[in-house]
Amino acid sequence: MSIRELIELSAAEALRRITAGEISAAELFDAYAAVPDELNAYLWRAEPGAADGNGAGAGAEGPLAGLPLAVKDIFCTEGIATTAGSRILEGYVPPYTATSVQRVTDAGARILGKTNMDEFAMGSSNENSAFGPVLNPWDKARVPGGSSGGSAAAVAAGLAPWALGTDTGGSIRQPAALCGIVGLKPTYGAISRYGMIAFASSLDQCGPLTRTVTDAALLLRELQGRDDRDSTSVGIEGGVELPSREDLRGLRFGVPRELGPEAEGIEAGVREVFERTLRRIEELGGELDECELPHSRHGISAYYVIAPAEASANLARYDGVRYGMRDPDARDLTGMYERTRGRGFGAEVKRRIMLGTYALSSGYYEAYYGQAQRVRTKIAEDFRAAFERFDFLVTPTAPTVAFELGSKTDDPLAMYLNDYCTVPVSLAGIPAISIPGGLAQPDGGGPELPVGVQVISPAFTESKLLDAAYALEQAIGFDARPPGFGGGEA
Amino acid sequence: MSANLDGYEAVIGLEIHVQLRTRTKMFCGCELSFGDDPNVHTCPVCLAHPGSLPTLNEQAVRYGIQIGLALGCEIAPRSIFHRKNYFYPDLPKAYQISQYDIPLARNGRLGDVRIHRVHLEEDAAKLIHVGESGRIHGSDASLVDFNRGGTPLVEIVTEPDLRDATAAREWLQLLRSTIKAIGASDVNMEEGSLRCDANVSIRPAGSQELGTKTELKNMNSFRFLERGIQAELERQVALVRAGEPIEQETLHFDPRTGTLTPLRSKEYAHDYRYFPEPDLVPLAPTQEMLEEARAALPELPAQRLERYQSELGIPEAQAKLLAYDGELGDYFEAAVGAGTEASATGIANWVTGDLTARLREAAGEDGEVHAADSRVTPQAIAELVAMVEAKQVTAQAGREVLAKLVVEGGSPAEIVEREGLASISDSGELEGIVAAAIDSDPDAAEKVREGNMKAIGPLVGYVMRETKGRADGGEVTRLIRKQLGLD
Repeated sequence: MSIRELIELSAAEALRRITAGEISAAELFDAYAAVPDELNAYLWRAEPGAADGNGAGAGAEGPLAGLPLAVKDIFCTEGIATTAGSRILEGYVPPYTATSVQRVTDAGARILGKTNMDEFAMGSSNENSAFGPVLNPWDKARVPGGSSGGSAAAVAAGLAPWALGTDTGGSIRQPAALCGIVGLKPTYGAISRYGMIAFASSLDQCGPLTRTVTDAALLLRELQGRDDRDSTSVGIEGGVELPSREDLRGLRFGVPRELGPEAEGIEAGVREVFERTLRRIEELGGELDECELPHSRHGISAYYVIAPAEASANLARYDGVRYGMRDPDARDLTGMYERTRGRGFGAEVKRRIMLGTYALSSGYYEAYYGQAQRVRTKIAEDFRAAFERFDFLVTPTAPTVAFELGSKTDDPLAMYLNDYCTVPVSLAGIPAISIPGGLAQPDGGGPELPVGVQVISPAFTESKLLDAAYALEQAIGFDARPPGFGGGEA
Repeated sequence: MSANLDGYEAVIGLEIHVQLRTRTKMFCGCELSFGDDPNVHTCPVCLAHPGSLPTLNEQAVRYGIQIGLALGCEIAPRSIFHRKNYFYPDLPKAYQISQYDIPLARNGRLGDVRIHRVHLEEDAAKLIHVGESGRIHGSDASLVDFNRGGTPLVEIVTEPDLRDATAAREWLQLLRSTIKAIGASDVNMEEGSLRCDANVSIRPAGSQELGTKTELKNMNSFRFLERGIQAELERQVALVRAGEPIEQETLHFDPRTGTLTPLRSKEYAHDYRYFPEPDLVPLAPTQEMLEEARAALPELPAQRLERYQSELGIPEAQAKLLAYDGELGDYFEAAVGAGTEASATGIANWVTGDLTARLREAAGEDGEVHAADSRVTPQAIAELVAMVEAKQVTAQAGREVLAKLVVEGGSPAEIVEREGLASISDSGELEGIVAAAIDSDPDAAEKVREGNMKAIGPLVGYVMRETKGRADGGEVTRLIRKQLGLD
């Protein structure tokens, strides 16, 4: 098979062929490793021929049979530099491997490379990487979304069959939407966070970025599970089933008014694709109705207190004492802290550390952090109430298609609103998947770009969510490839 | 040192940190270390590598619950951990995982002192400052040894119920023996497994208001604790008498000079920005855990004290010495249970009195006294007390026997036999020696006959010399009076 043919295969299809002896895992690995990265998607890449020697462990056995995998650079990988997109971790080589990565490599996956990302997962455009932005394979003048932008772009562009990402407020779903692939944020606690560099501990969750819903299920099945090293992990009871459902009969879908097509800032093209998707749901036998999530409009506000607060503590360990960067010119202890952190962190990371530190300060705690936690509880209650009437909720994943590089970098608030539809789900800790709904022009015209549709379900119902998403995916039949696929010109 | 505070009353509360004797650290699997090479007991978790997460040490929780129960506290059905944020090189995460508004245990009492709270947390690493200053400011370089980082700690905070420095020391000793009895810690102040800060203020005697308090740190022995508090009380009284205000500050005790110096306010004025630790789930001990912890509690010093007094009739001062020193109490109980005729009060008297004094003499100024490690077995001391009580040997001869036991061990009966220390039981023999005494000092005899009983001393002394202390003092006096015709 040609390289192009090999990298066209979904992970599940490649797995079938490897198992049948039609192709070899090494051949597949080398095909991916040979595709030029013109998107700055990778921060580190394995060489062709490195399938058995990339620090990932034993031979191509196990349920994933040697399938290559891209890993967001937020996961610690023993012996492979891990930066979380930050200058402050430049040159850091972890002495251990994240549980999630260990689980999939134990299952036979092989690490193709470490993908670029917004620094410490803070961003929605990948422009906050210390190592340069990732470009969108559909249009290199546009962002791939973030923070798992490298993972999303790599999967969309044929640089990897699938990838690991992390989602704190939308960091898997939004880039998946903007790159035209599938992104799943599992229930908080489904997958171990051990070895996943923390941004906001109560929100961070590992998940798959794939080209198909089946692939997402395949990867989640290996990733999920309780880990003794992560007290907050519980796994998914009963494991994960591969999806097979062909219709949506008897399933009730709620369309939250606050996060729906009429919400502020939703582009016309996005609205059109979303409404087409709603019709598909009905065609498949699903019942549709409006619903309310009255507190979700406060999601962004609550999120931008809680996440920075946790981040301000999580990022305090980068002090120049033990690893990573240390400013050589510091003359005393305070100087070491200030100069190391001043030079090591980018502007957005500093902004959030400042926000979070302020929100936790004596005298402000109740008004900010305390209040945000109460809002979070209300948002979670809204979802619980909605799930008494509905099996799933459905929203656009992001309000817009991929936007142009630099167009929002000077306006943090506009950037934050990218996650308007994904953040409430994160605050509630429940699972959601983004699947491609179709293509649409951005407001103001231009080439057609992918639009994602988000399907949300109650905690730990990933198997049902994947089943419904699979039926919808089959009905939509999205099979467009970006012009940059396989190294072609975008 | 219940000093004269000139009409003022001391108000003292203690804040105690106890390093738990678990096998591994509070939040990772690294073993606790004692004097190993630096940085050998470390891992991604206790070095705060990116992505690492804490997991709670169950044994530390068990010890924490036991300490809470031993201090009569309510155990919280659901307590939570917080992050206490501050930058310092000995704190690799730049936050300490501690407990804040919902501690593991609260509202207890030990002796006369109410316990405010008991909570779990982790210890910091150890800093070694290279250069003249010995402190981080002005040192040439600072080195960090992370072996100690993450050692499980229990923090115990008392209510301000102590009223003088001596009481504070004695109470801390009771706390120490209580924790030692549980086996939760080595509770050694010199080695830092027991650390005590004191909050000290004064107020006019009888007043109910609280004065401005100062916090005293670095008193790393029981003696220093008492001296530090006493020094601070005297300083505060002097200030108030001079009409000067007491400033709320933290004072560092210097054991070489016995003085207190303020820490620069910058070094401790923190906004710790506490918030709930999202990496740990709430700590909710099951009923089963609580019952197990309760069942595993040994007899505690306070209970021993009560039993020694009410069941064995031992006077309070002696009972305290025995009950508050677990080892000495165990030794005492072994002696009582040795199957001799000796009374418990007699054994208590000898163990806390002569035996302790002899051992202290042997140990020297700063040596520790451990009866259990001495050559005097509980069996031997019990036999000796039984012989004294049966008047087979006099008390004085008994002390000689004890001196030999301390040096060479063995059986008291054999020493009595070998050294010829048995009491003179033949009254004929004693009558003869008394007669010789009267003959040897007719002046004294005459004075005694005239009613001056003070003059009997030389006569008794003569008999004791002649009998090498084997005669019973009472019997000798009786015989002298009889031979002088006084009865």
